[in-house]
Amino acid sequence: MTATKLRCCRLSAGAEPVRDIRLLDAPFAPGAYVGPFTNANPGLGGVATFVGEVRPDDGVTALELLHYAPLTLAGMEVLADQAFARFDLMGLMLLHRVGVMYPGEPIVCVSAASRHRRDAIQSVDFAMDHLKSDAWFWKREQRADGWHWIEPRDTDHADLARWN
Amino acid sequence: MGVKLVFLGKLADLAGAPEREIEAPLDWSALVEALEGPLGDALESDKVKLAVNGTLLSEKAALFANDGDEVALLPPVSGG
Repeated sequence: MTATKLRCCRLSAGAEPVRDIRLLDAPFAPGAYVGPFTNANPGLGGVATFVGEVRPDDGVTALELLHYAPLTLAGMEVLADQAFARFDLMGLMLLHRVGVMYPGEPIVCVSAASRHRRDAIQSVDFAMDHLKSDAWFWKREQRADGWHWIEPRDTDHADLARWN
Repeated sequence: MGVKLVFLGKLADLAGAPEREIEAPLDWSALVEALEGPLGDALESDKVKLAVNGTLLSEKAALFANDGDEVALLPPVSGG
């Protein structure tokens, strides 16, 4: 607490970056988070948001996302560190669902605030590529004959390679 | 108390349970010996990684876990 206060009071420091990194285990309304996140970044030039939802694919009745507590959230924090290091960001929000979800429900919400639009837009793209292919989540979908694990796709690696 | 093995993703199906207790101390050869069949094959695959108490091992053969430690078997992630 003391260290935080000292940082806030240092005259030469700019505004503290806003970070909101969460795993959510129940359905959520992205707007309920994006509004307060935007308000927490006064002076921003732009805010970019991506919301991913469970696609109503043929025969899929539910999706389950499993995580491993000691790794998953810590990995998302590291991803946020990388985004702050790479882009000129004021704030970054990474929200990710875990548990059982149904078609049409939000599964992920990434929001970035920056002085200039390109940093916000690109950091959302960067965070999504990494969340989709490099984060500690295991996914299975429920069909008429039961649950099926989803294997990694080749395109995930191509998506990551964009940022090398 | 032993070592707690945690099986993630489809490895939990292969193991028949998400967790299992195993005798401590545990090193790589003891783990390979303890896990048979498809689960043992998966363990030895390059794609499956190990974490001890939340820290990823860069070399699985370097595994060493004591009483109370948690060893996670991590198959390839399938993305958020």
